[in-house]
Amino acid sequence: MELEQLLKKFKEKDALAFEQLYEMYYKNILGVVFNIVRDNDVAEEVTQDVFMKAWNNADSYNAKKGRFFTWMLNIARNAAIDKTRSKEFNKKSKNLDAEIFVDILQDNVSLDNRTDAIGIKAFVNKLADTCKKLIDLLYFKGYTQKEASESLEIPIGTVKTRNRNCLSNLRTMIE
Amino acid sequence: MDIQEYIASGILELYVAGSLSDKENEEVYEMLLKYPELLTEVQKIEGTVSTLTSSVAPLEKQPSFKNLLIKIIQDKETNPKVIPIDRDRRNWITYTGWAASIVVGSALLLSQINKSSLSEELRETSAKNQQFQEKLKETTNSLETNKTLLAAIRDKNVISIPLQGQKVSPDSYAKVYWNKSTEKIYVDVQGLPDPPKGKVYQLWSLKLNPLTPTSLGTLDNFTADATKIFSITNPNESQAFGITLEPEGGSESPTLEQLYTIGVVES
Repeated sequence: MELEQLLKKFKEKDALAFEQLYEMYYKNILGVVFNIVRDNDVAEEVTQDVFMKAWNNADSYNAKKGRFFTWMLNIARNAAIDKTRSKEFNKKSKNLDAEIFVDILQDNVSLDNRTDAIGIKAFVNKLADTCKKLIDLLYFKGYTQKEASESLEIPIGTVKTRNRNCLSNLRTMIE
Repeated sequence: MDIQEYIASGILELYVAGSLSDKENEEVYEMLLKYPELLTEVQKIEGTVSTLTSSVAPLEKQPSFKNLLIKIIQDKETNPKVIPIDRDRRNWITYTGWAASIVVGSALLLSQINKSSLSEELRETSAKNQQFQEKLKETTNSLETNKTLLAAIRDKNVISIPLQGQKVSPDSYAKVYWNKSTEKIYVDVQGLPDPPKGKVYQLWSLKLNPLTPTSLGTLDNFTADATKIFSITNPNESQAFGITLEPEGGSESPTLEQLYTIGVVES
């Protein structure tokens, strides 16, 4: 089924359409959440919450405001960040601020035998450090252009073009 | 508008990231409608980001969609609606007003009763007694029916499947109690509105992949039935149950536009 058709049904609270979207996006959402919370069980729990929120707010999704994928990423990042600020989570008190997604790829523990991850790791390693950080901030952490430019101390106009170059490099390697 | 230049600006990458303002998002959306080339580009960017994000997912075993549905249903049951607790002071005044009028009203009522003649009271009482006797008989009968039903659904082999309201009637709900060993199901349809004249609810057993409905029959005499629990034989390996509104006599296959409730069986 076409994505557009699927989303229409999802907005009408069609459970079968929702199931397809769940299958399509589960891994993405889990990846984004895990990068923020860095705990397998917590990540799984938050990911379920993300889909629950998506279902409960299905009628508020509006294609004019952005892609469904982007909408889901947003819910995921917010839910994961909320989790890291919760009391129960803070007991584990880890300093997660400095960690970026690349660390997960380097730390092979949970990614053993994952051919897709091994491939990506090789590609990501070839990226410049700014690229790794920029991709982490924009896609995994949900920074705005301005926030990313301040965090990386690069001009705001450069964020757009630099990010395009970083992602294009990766895309050429993946394709 | 130079499309290549637009692509090269990097705006689409930020669009997928969700870093643009609401206004910019709508502008990009308009562009995507106009130029299919741009949509293809967005899909490719999405593909790259998707590969990237899923590559860091610690995926051992993906929880099944059914688990998620159950979680959603349970969440609905425990938090049906958020009720604001900041009631303002005016309510107190209203309550006090009511309390005062009840006190005055009761006093008036008492004085009325004192005035009425004793014989009239007696006659009324015996008539009421008669009514109570009849009521008691009815209640005992329905209690027996309820006991039988309760015993049936409390059987340890029974699983219960909540059916959630769908688009045509989001507030509707129903519950299926299924005893696989006796191949019997009890469907509780208290949460469905009375069907319009000439229409009848029909219960379906569903297999999900591919979606195959099997009719379990129509729920006749819906309005007259006080318990709103129907018992039906179900020899199928059902994965879900659904209830649709159909013309009297039922239909060969479900009218999906008139799907009132559906629920998935937990495996």
